[in-house]
Amino acid sequence: MNAEITPMKTAAETALADAFAKARGRLPGDDAVAAKRDAAFGVFAQEGLPHRRVEEWKYTDLRALMRDAKPLAAPPDAAAKARAKTAGALVGDIETRRLVFVDGAFVAELSDLAGLETGLTVGSLAAALAAGDGTLAAHLGKLAPTKDVAVALNTALMGDGAVIRIAAGATIERPLHLVFVASDKPVATFVRSLVVVERGARAMLIESHEGPPDADYQVNAALELFVGDEAHVDHVKLVGEGAEALHVSTLAAAVGAQARFNSFSFVAGGAVVRNQLFLNFDGEGTVAAVRGASLLKGRQHADTTLVANHVAAACQSREMFKTVLDDEAHGVFQGRIIVRPHAQKTDGKMMTQALLLSERAEADNKPELEIFADDVQCGHGATSGALDDELKFYLMARGIPAAEAEALLIQAFLGEAIEGIEHAGLREALLDQVAAWLKARTK
Amino acid sequence: MALLEIKNLHVEIDGKEILKGLDLTVGAGEVHAIMGPNGSGKSTLAYVLAGKDDYTPTSGEVLFNGKNLFGMAPDERAAAGMFLAFQYPLEIPGVATMTFLRTALNAQRKKRGDTELSTPEFIKRVRELSGKLGIDQDMLRRAVNVGFSGGEKKRNEILQMALLEPRLAVLDETDSGLDIDALKIVADGVNRLRSPQRSFVVITHYQRLLSYIVPDIVHVLSAGRIVKTGGKELALELEARGYAEYQEEAAA
Repeated sequence: MNAEITPMKTAAETALADAFAKARGRLPGDDAVAAKRDAAFGVFAQEGLPHRRVEEWKYTDLRALMRDAKPLAAPPDAAAKARAKTAGALVGDIETRRLVFVDGAFVAELSDLAGLETGLTVGSLAAALAAGDGTLAAHLGKLAPTKDVAVALNTALMGDGAVIRIAAGATIERPLHLVFVASDKPVATFVRSLVVVERGARAMLIESHEGPPDADYQVNAALELFVGDEAHVDHVKLVGEGAEALHVSTLAAAVGAQARFNSFSFVAGGAVVRNQLFLNFDGEGTVAAVRGASLLKGRQHADTTLVANHVAAACQSREMFKTVLDDEAHGVFQGRIIVRPHAQKTDGKMMTQALLLSERAEADNKPELEIFADDVQCGHGATSGALDDELKFYLMARGIPAAEAEALLIQAFLGEAIEGIEHAGLREALLDQVAAWLKARTK
Repeated sequence: MALLEIKNLHVEIDGKEILKGLDLTVGAGEVHAIMGPNGSGKSTLAYVLAGKDDYTPTSGEVLFNGKNLFGMAPDERAAAGMFLAFQYPLEIPGVATMTFLRTALNAQRKKRGDTELSTPEFIKRVRELSGKLGIDQDMLRRAVNVGFSGGEKKRNEILQMALLEPRLAVLDETDSGLDIDALKIVADGVNRLRSPQRSFVVITHYQRLLSYIVPDIVHVLSAGRIVKTGGKELALELEARGYAEYQEEAAA
């Protein structure tokens, strides 16, 4: 007899199962894709929504946090598309190539599809799945961890997303901007994107996620990113979801040899956010910087979970995540550097810092090292604390009012992470976002 | 009317009384030196004037320009013309020196109803003042006091004072940790600011600084009270004879 206890399904779990059963026949893709969907759904059916007894989800009990599962989004109407025209403002006034998705569906007429640089191919996942695209078939699902339930749900229910290929040696100057915008409808979206940057190519990829402040919607976004040997990729994720939204997103990246890879996550929106970064360093001699800044207030819950997996030798990775928490916000950082047996001469350093502006805020920091090689340099650190009263007094003694003094110190705290962004315009835009957040705080 | 009037001031830190009935009156344009042994309450006086949180006045009053100082937050005191040159200036990583200076100056001007200084005007002012204090441009590009030597930090305090043009500057052991050259630069910086409208309270353990910043009046602070007041010659007397007799007097 099987002694395993199957817990009662929650309303959200039941709704997800119903949604998959209903949508299964009309989701895009051929039989092979359908088989992938079924297998992925099987993982969810087996595990259910992740909860606090699942180690990786200990601090973000999705089963408890997800009271319901919204119905799958219908294609956006004209009004939703019209509102989406001004979306993507999180990047400030920098010039980007926008690929716009409304409620998870690609909207060609809002996207910049003309005058593609040589070597750049862009398209939508739905179209690529329908057409049986070869690049897609060769890469889809290769990087995203199949055992992760958030990824499994994404694979089972993926409707649309971006498919981008940058040919070997091409330099794409204009940043590619995936603009994900939610309408005001209480719906769920499952977007899946695939970006392949071939050998020696160079590009910047921004994904921004946003929606109306009062809309109660759910986003599950996944991005598989292939960074070829000697390629240089800057990835930026901006989470500016509405205050009621549930946002789960996953970056799964494989980085080749002698590459440069930078990733920056900025989290300021959403009621519940889970930002997952799974990075594999598969080729030797790569230099990577993975950073992030989160600004949380009210009852926001934001979790950044990072796995930097050093498979090949002599890579350098730097991870730095900063979180500012006000009110009753809850911040989580779980970061793990893994050094596999052959990854000698790995140089990995991870730092996570939380700044608590309120006594009711909570920060959980869990940095981990798993080292299976014997000639490496790895370290991690974690701090959490309040603003320094002595520094605040020093600033005030010079005539700077309390709120402004605090703002200066908070900006200084975040600055260390944000200054690492190489793109000056984007760096300025994020510093502006921080300034706006601070201004709203003192009102 | 005196610029600063301290009457029977009692101050506690963590329930322990440090100032025990201090009286001090500083008129406009005067330079007062406060000397005293370690632990006599010199720095406490400096902090309580600037408005540090954990320094609790339990009785007495302080009038600054006729206004009750204890009703004002530290930034309001600064805008009203109070300046404390810290004994141990703090390092503020991530806050650029120029940002700090401009924010401070403009916050004070705003509170006083003046217009903010334009960026070119501001930069010109800072360049002029820093040049005179031997502060190079590289230091100004760094974060506040980060990587500064002890002497550089003290000069940076004087730069802030010169820029903010306070009515009353309290210098808390500004001479500590300075070699003789730096001491002269700092003293010159202070002397340039002396004017009939501006007053100074120079807190020091040693007479040395007072050879360069010559005070009008010298006070001896011991066990939380002013126990003797005299002219500048009192400083020399203290240097020769030490504080022993005042400590005994206070203990008795």
